[in-house]
Amino acid sequence: MKPALSVIFFTVMSGAGYGLWCLLGLALAAGIYPFSGMGVLVPLGFGFMLVSAGLLASTAHLGRPERAWRALSQWRSSWLSREGIASLVTYLPMLAMAWLAFTGHAGTGLRIAGALLALGALATILCTANIYRSLKTIAAWRTRQVLPLYFMFALLSGGLWLWAWLALTTGLMMGLAFPLALLGLAIVAAVIKVDHWKCVDALSVNTAGHATGLEALGRVRAFEGPVTEESYLTREMAFVLARKHGARLRRIALVLFGLAPALAITVALASGAAWLAPVAALAAIAGLFVERWLFFAEARHAVAAFFPSPQA
Amino acid sequence: MTSLPAPAKKKLGLVIDLDICVGCHACAVACKEWNDGGQFGPLPDDDPYGAEPHGVWFNRVHTYEVLPQAAGTSYESTASRIHDPHPAPAAQGRPLDPMGLQNPAPVPQMVHFPRSCLHCETPDCVTVCPTGASYKRAEDGIVLVDEDKCIGCQLCAWACPYGAREIALPHPKAATSDTGRKDSRRGTMQKCTLCVDRIYNETLDERDRQPACVMACPTRARMFGDLGDPDSNVSKAVAEREGFALMPEFGYRPVNRYLPPRPRRDGSTAAATATNPAKEALDTAQLPPLLRWLDKALSR
Repeated sequence: MKPALSVIFFTVMSGAGYGLWCLLGLALAAGIYPFSGMGVLVPLGFGFMLVSAGLLASTAHLGRPERAWRALSQWRSSWLSREGIASLVTYLPMLAMAWLAFTGHAGTGLRIAGALLALGALATILCTANIYRSLKTIAAWRTRQVLPLYFMFALLSGGLWLWAWLALTTGLMMGLAFPLALLGLAIVAAVIKVDHWKCVDALSVNTAGHATGLEALGRVRAFEGPVTEESYLTREMAFVLARKHGARLRRIALVLFGLAPALAITVALASGAAWLAPVAALAAIAGLFVERWLFFAEARHAVAAFFPSPQA
Repeated sequence: MTSLPAPAKKKLGLVIDLDICVGCHACAVACKEWNDGGQFGPLPDDDPYGAEPHGVWFNRVHTYEVLPQAAGTSYESTASRIHDPHPAPAAQGRPLDPMGLQNPAPVPQMVHFPRSCLHCETPDCVTVCPTGASYKRAEDGIVLVDEDKCIGCQLCAWACPYGAREIALPHPKAATSDTGRKDSRRGTMQKCTLCVDRIYNETLDERDRQPACVMACPTRARMFGDLGDPDSNVSKAVAEREGFALMPEFGYRPVNRYLPPRPRRDGSTAAATATNPAKEALDTAQLPPLLRWLDKALSR
């Protein structure tokens, strides 16, 4: 699949934003977050920036962005429609929380808003993941790891930003459990991602013989495509450029979203260097951009089998 | 509404005979011509007269080379095997023949393969649509895109394993059409309409109320009709020739059917002639006297 920058930006950035909102909301709901007006408003606002930038970027993928509002109508069948609704609905507890934090109301209202924000964020991540997971034509997106990975990457990248804020403002040591949980999450996400890549590599590739139904007659080879030029289908769905550097890019992604945050957390906790926290968050975002680029670029669409392959 | 309608009795679709398609692309061109200038409206090109005239086609013709697995593979066995997911190797049980003396190298068979929307009964291209622009008609099963609702998210094209949908994206250098006006249809998904503006068009002669691709085909390799009616010509052709659906494992239940290539009249001759061209038979008794003499003189 062609890795469209708008969609990569959308899934990575809004994923991080929803992860941040989810953890902030959960911590507030549980009453374990060190409450202060700015202590809530700044990470909440940063999450708003991430989420909104991602959602705006996603409209750049549309042929008619001015009609994007129409996407809210088909929630009965379409995960994209559900995602649109969930993302908009999640702004409501965010606004309520911002108002409560701004006016200094740290009571039950804030806890409820926090719980609703976490719920909305999780629902939106679920919908985003299912947009891709629901496509039967792209086997690489139907593997069992895709859904948990979307959640883990959102919580990891968003969590690192939240930790960065806490580390820089309230000191590293006050919440030891949180950075350690993020450390564990980085390791688990890396392991599951490697497992996903193994699954993707083991997938059988659709063949021209199977696509045309002619395989019983013999070995089928695409002799000529419909046109000698590229077409929408070959540009969008028979994208092969990526696999050339796949192995190296996978290593880069693993180092950036897995190893770098894990090391940064360990060193920061050992030495008290709070500045490592935002570095870890930045590295994770960069790693997820590479991971998401590969998520698209390495995924083979069933329709590609109809076309002559460049190797043949 | 992008939820699927209740299954209709009428299933309009195409039956494409891979045996007699000669790969002339007339169907693709006729489709382009009708949908570019017909009553439905323009089928846009990104940049029709520019350096890269990429554009949308509802119908595209591929060509495949089929290399028989074993020489002398007969149609009788292949026709039954085409529905068998695990065909037994045809050469099984034969003595080994490493030099290919008894079984000369098989000759590839060229199969021309027109590919267009199959108007599936339960397609995901309809259900993934977030706007309700992609829909399946309850009355005849035709899958259409509402140009006024489509936001161009392309999810429907991603959901289709048959490559039936192509988006009309604005070309940076051709933002306006030839007439200078902004083309209102750009940025939306395009697909085969089964010439819905022809088949019900009462301003056309009755025999012309067929999809443009069917009308154009010089070998009559394309048939249009109701595949929900077992007594229709298309259904009979499918029953007689063991017409098959493409990639049924997706569960989209395509309506269109493909008829498999017939066997060569003699599977073995085709293979034999390639390596050892047989002498052409010439019945000299049929020749005029002068040519008969010439044949005799040259044969000495």
